[in-house]
Amino acid sequence: MTAYLLKRLIIALATLVLASMVVFAVLEIIPGDPARLMLGLNASADQVEVLRNQMGLNAPLALRYLHWAGGLLSLDFGRSYTYSVPVIDLVRERVVVSLPLALIALALSTIIAIPVGLYSASRRGQAGDTIAMGATQFGVAVPNFWFALMLIYLFAVWLRLVPAGGFPGWSAGVWPALKSLLLPSVALALPQAAILARVARSALIEVLNEDYIRTARAKGLPYRAVLWRHALRNAMIPVLTILGLQFAFLLAGTIIIENVFYLPGLGRLVFQAITQRDLIVVESVVMLLVAAVIAVNLIVDLSYAVVDPRLRSRQ
Amino acid sequence: MKLWKTILAAAALALAASTSSFAARTDLVIGIPLEPPHLDPTAGAAAAIDEVLYANVFEGLTRIGPNGEVLPDLAESWAISDDGKVYIFKLHTGVKFHDGTDFNADDVKFSLDRARADNSVNAQKGLFAAIDKVEVVDPATVKVTLKNPQGSFLYNMGWGDAVMVAPESADTNKEKPVGTGPFKFQSWAKGSSITLVKSDNYWGTPVALDKAEFRIVPDAAAAVPALLSGDIQAFPFFDPDSVAQVKDDPRFKVVIGSTEGETILSINNKKPPFDKLQVRQAISYALDRKAIIDGASAGLGVPIGSHMSPANKDYVDLTGHYPHDVAKAKELLKEAGLENGFKATLKLPPPSYARLGGEIIASELRDVGIDLEIIPVEWAQWLDQVFTKKDYDLTIVSHTEPNDIDIYSRKDYYFNYDNPAFDKIIADLNLASDEAKRKELLGQAQKILADDAVVGFLYELPKVGVWDAKLQGLWENAPIQANDLTKVKWSD
Repeated sequence: MTAYLLKRLIIALATLVLASMVVFAVLEIIPGDPARLMLGLNASADQVEVLRNQMGLNAPLALRYLHWAGGLLSLDFGRSYTYSVPVIDLVRERVVVSLPLALIALALSTIIAIPVGLYSASRRGQAGDTIAMGATQFGVAVPNFWFALMLIYLFAVWLRLVPAGGFPGWSAGVWPALKSLLLPSVALALPQAAILARVARSALIEVLNEDYIRTARAKGLPYRAVLWRHALRNAMIPVLTILGLQFAFLLAGTIIIENVFYLPGLGRLVFQAITQRDLIVVESVVMLLVAAVIAVNLIVDLSYAVVDPRLRSRQ
Repeated sequence: MKLWKTILAAAALALAASTSSFAARTDLVIGIPLEPPHLDPTAGAAAAIDEVLYANVFEGLTRIGPNGEVLPDLAESWAISDDGKVYIFKLHTGVKFHDGTDFNADDVKFSLDRARADNSVNAQKGLFAAIDKVEVVDPATVKVTLKNPQGSFLYNMGWGDAVMVAPESADTNKEKPVGTGPFKFQSWAKGSSITLVKSDNYWGTPVALDKAEFRIVPDAAAAVPALLSGDIQAFPFFDPDSVAQVKDDPRFKVVIGSTEGETILSINNKKPPFDKLQVRQAISYALDRKAIIDGASAGLGVPIGSHMSPANKDYVDLTGHYPHDVAKAKELLKEAGLENGFKATLKLPPPSYARLGGEIIASELRDVGIDLEIIPVEWAQWLDQVFTKKDYDLTIVSHTEPNDIDIYSRKDYYFNYDNPAFDKIIADLNLASDEAKRKELLGQAQKILADDAVVGFLYELPKVGVWDAKLQGLWENAPIQANDLTKVKWSD
């Protein structure tokens, strides 16, 4: 178990270091000068040079990488070029929107997907299964921003139950803030739930064909108990894998959803920073996201061991 | 009994009067498409900075009015010497910055000297280039001496980049702007909104609104539901393509006004074959402006024939200079020795006028034998490749700075255009302050640009504003990129 954990940790750290190099190099290669972007069309070349010096953009590339990567180690993410405030402050303001959004979406997609998967698998080939799988096919095919727009027109414009977008801030109260995250998280969750439900169904069907399920049924265990205690638990590994991957997709999906609902989240921050060539913000936030995805995958790896005792005892 | 009725009627009247005065709203939520990078108008070119702060939080010596006119602002009056080189500004007294410090002549000297200093990062430093020295005569009088007469000096001082700042707060304006305007800054929730509130110690006419929130809505598709649900009550700069969704709704007013945005097909004048006049003229003949406006701007926008807004008082209509004429265009290409046509690239920045207009222009130029390869670029790439390195053949962009015909005389500008006769006119224009003389020179300048077919002149970008029908006082036109809220109020 310890060796398993150690191996996973080393892989995670190596991935982080490699990612930091790739992220930095890629962003330095793409054309565009943040100083020129800030000063616009009427500023002279000399003035752009003055600003570049003030922003520290004229230092050598390797030096800037070491400075940035060194800062990351001590959790110093540098200062934004455009906002001229510490990146960590920007991140802290934004993460309180994006993280709850992603987590609610993840929870929603799981809550929807597992029962649908169970239902479909247990009624394989029947009308209910066909309808449920038709619906998930639809969910997989339709992009989340279209769901978002439909939800806005239904619940915000027509029924006026929730705001059409924007985020009042947690200081405005938990309920108003949650209310503004409701539609975005549903829009994010639906396509993910559809994928997850299909995976859960096929994993369950495979498990239900196993001999031990027949044995369990033969010894007189009720069907429901077999499904929950034996089948679902053994079908968890592929479901967990997809769930881990989905977390990364959800973080990426927030970029689009945050634009449709004009939520001030991390996705918007990155998007805006890319167009303004606020490279230090892009680099630092991307690294944070990389770290988050790696951490989630680590947790998923460890949870395999929880659901599958064989992985625990091995080695 | 009669008395009783009278009392009742009077009470009802009083109640009606009091509720109606309560009913008039004093708050407003305005949607803006882009978030300002920071809140200091004197340190960045982003239009979004002025869209929040100009005239609301910051004021200058002069200001630009709703129709592009120069109005007195912090300077209540001025006198100009006969040689046009000395300006004496008389300032309003009793003016305070929002942090409570006094505004006086020292602040004027500080602001102007700061903007033109060697280490200045003012995006429009050129506005101050003519200033030789700024002297404080007394706390309410400032003397500005110019190196040479400059006809546009008072206009220049009305730009957002020339607003007055205080030495105590200038360095922190990016995060916490402190000006002299009728609104003061309250809060900025990054990525979400910026809130201004009424300033209690304002020197001029107080504003009707108590609170104005600028909410950032980057996506045009999100703007429509935000309006329909009532979350946001005004979008002064609305996406032309979305107008159809709200224009028949009586709850809203759709106001189409003019801007200073000349949308042009920029041509690299030094790069063969575009260095040949016939080729550039052929392009101008090949363009069908009506089709371009219909396709790129939902039919909104006024065609132009040179680099001047049709709303400008010195505008000369040159749209008939190159009528849409495919045969003529082919003939000119033949004269230039290119009867078999040629290939070129068209780099398109992100705005929809460029991306949509580019496709139409590419098909129009294909009709005369010019085969364009469309290359979409981001703004950062556009600034780098096209604007700075001049690595392009053709591009589409809207030049939104007001009165900017002088860009064609700038050395090393990305058009690569060089015409001494044009430069001479601009030099004369800079020195002229007589209105009639300026009008004549500006007319000549427009004519030369059209004759030389320097670029393909397309149309003036429209300002499409959509707001609640009960809202009054928002600008119809955009002589500068601003959302002046000083006259905005709700009717009941």
